[in-house]
Amino acid sequence: MTSNFIILPLLLHMATAIVLMFLWKRITAQRIISVVSNVIILIVGVLLFTQTWKTGIITMQAGNWPAPFGITFVADVFSSTMVLFTAISALAVSIYSTVGINRARMKYGYFPIFHFLFMGLNGAFLTGDVFNLYVWFEIVIISSFVLMTLGGRKPQMESAIKYVAMNMLASVIFLTAIAILYGLTGSLNMADLSLKIAKIENRALVNVTGLLFFIGFGIKSAVFPLYYWLPSSYHTPPSAIAAIFGGLLTKVGIYALFRFFTLIFIPNEFITTAFSLIAVATLITGALGCLIKRDMRRMFSYLIVCHIGFMIAGLGLFTEVALAGALFYLFHDIIVKTNLFLVSGIIYRIKGTMDMPKLGGLYAEYPRLSLMMAIVFFSLVGIPPLSGFWPKINLFQAGFFAGDYLLIAALIIASFVTLYVIAKMWTEVFWKTEPSLSPDEKAYIDGFTILKPFSKLLLVFPVIMLMLVSLYIGFGAENIMSISKHIAAQMMDTSPYIKAVLGNEALNIQ
Amino acid sequence: MELLFVILIGILYSAGIYLMLRRSMVKLLVGLLLLGNGANLLIFLLGDLIKGNPPVIPPDSSVFTAVYADPIPQSLILTAIVISFGLQSFAIILLKKVHLATGSDNLDDLNTHDLDI
Repeated sequence: MTSNFIILPLLLHMATAIVLMFLWKRITAQRIISVVSNVIILIVGVLLFTQTWKTGIITMQAGNWPAPFGITFVADVFSSTMVLFTAISALAVSIYSTVGINRARMKYGYFPIFHFLFMGLNGAFLTGDVFNLYVWFEIVIISSFVLMTLGGRKPQMESAIKYVAMNMLASVIFLTAIAILYGLTGSLNMADLSLKIAKIENRALVNVTGLLFFIGFGIKSAVFPLYYWLPSSYHTPPSAIAAIFGGLLTKVGIYALFRFFTLIFIPNEFITTAFSLIAVATLITGALGCLIKRDMRRMFSYLIVCHIGFMIAGLGLFTEVALAGALFYLFHDIIVKTNLFLVSGIIYRIKGTMDMPKLGGLYAEYPRLSLMMAIVFFSLVGIPPLSGFWPKINLFQAGFFAGDYLLIAALIIASFVTLYVIAKMWTEVFWKTEPSLSPDEKAYIDGFTILKPFSKLLLVFPVIMLMLVSLYIGFGAENIMSISKHIAAQMMDTSPYIKAVLGNEALNIQ
Repeated sequence: MELLFVILIGILYSAGIYLMLRRSMVKLLVGLLLLGNGANLLIFLLGDLIKGNPPVIPPDSSVFTAVYADPIPQSLILTAIVISFGLQSFAIILLKKVHLATGSDNLDDLNTHDLDI
């Protein structure tokens, strides 16, 4: 089915960004327009999802050039689910930003860049063309560079250098891989590549190209040997920006990995073994990193790395059950990681620090807020029946079936360490009585209590909204699981995707 | 001609990676620049180098008759150049800002906020 409707999410983000640029320095108008447009995009996301769920894959050929010659946009269930979850996160973060981001940042273009970033994300999810994916990735990273450095405090600048350098390197590697892929096949359309790569005799060259793509996406999604930039940069920008980064920027790399290694490069035994080992290393190093961090947001950054391992594990096991588990984890992780950073922002506003030994007594001061945060933390840990629990069943099941006990051990250790660090953080931040200040420290004035009730609501509402989505993922797990299974089935059998893009004849010619 | 390109691309990549491994921020940026140019030339090379045959169908026929130069790598390179131009100009300004903030060109001096364990 062909419809121009599918590029609406990214067009709306672009239109919003352009409108917002004309409202430069008019903050109130920018806030309202940004939130309203995010609501509209969420509705479009829901419509897009229901449409792809009911009628199957929708395509759009840009400029009406038939595939594989033009740029194709494809919305299958995977893409549209990602668009939907991205839209939920975007709405939450934009509401939170109206109070959480200071006025100076908003005056210098926070909201337009925010929408450009989401345009890039939606484009990356919806495109069916390798080079077009590169372009969307570049839009995402350029916007993220600006968000990272906006405000220009010294720690932000320092971390920005690492972030910019690593992301530019990742782009160059990605581009190199595209060059070799084009040299091998003469095509850039993903569906077409899927058919052409399968017929190439020189498998060594294909594997090398696949690994180059893996390194390019691996840097962006922070897998084991390539993640060092993440924990040293994600803690510096304001929480709303860190929430976008933590919730979505690593996940777009994961999305690309899933797309490439199920559609174009079908992993052989060497690659799946490599993925399993990388997943083990990512889980363990991420978990060890969490254990030694005292700063909350730094700890959360390591949790991002640790939990990326769960998704790579699904790719390493490469069975339908494992992929469904990894996809479920991906959806859960987008919501819960975004929420985690939003929560850390509220804590920062209340206490003025992220250093756990200096925090304390939050439960005594804000019992209701604390209980709400507890649900977020429990979802993250995966206490049954909350959302983090269900995908792990699938991963364990697939792991036992494959007999990959090393991976299972790593999954258990990572889950356990997540539980441990969250419990430790809970006692330190919420239960412990607040440590008395040394005489040379000034008492911090609670920045949350002094807010107007409406501003408080704007900070708390997104957290509640994402928490409800998390609860739904947990309690309505069979719905999310049926979506994940559907996507996993489409990943194992890519012929519907290829047929939707290239037409019914494409497969018969082969 | 291909051999010349291969050697040139090899030099660009190796010099780029070497410079990226240095401690100076300026060298890091120059390294990224060289890597980007290497990647662009690689696209050009892998699209097959064909001299003097533009991808234009002659007026008296309806299909290509001779071997022609592939236009796609050139459009890809053009896009990549524009993108890398934007990225590099951003990175140069960022370096200047960082230099103003830290007063140093050494990447090892960027860890003042990483001290907590």
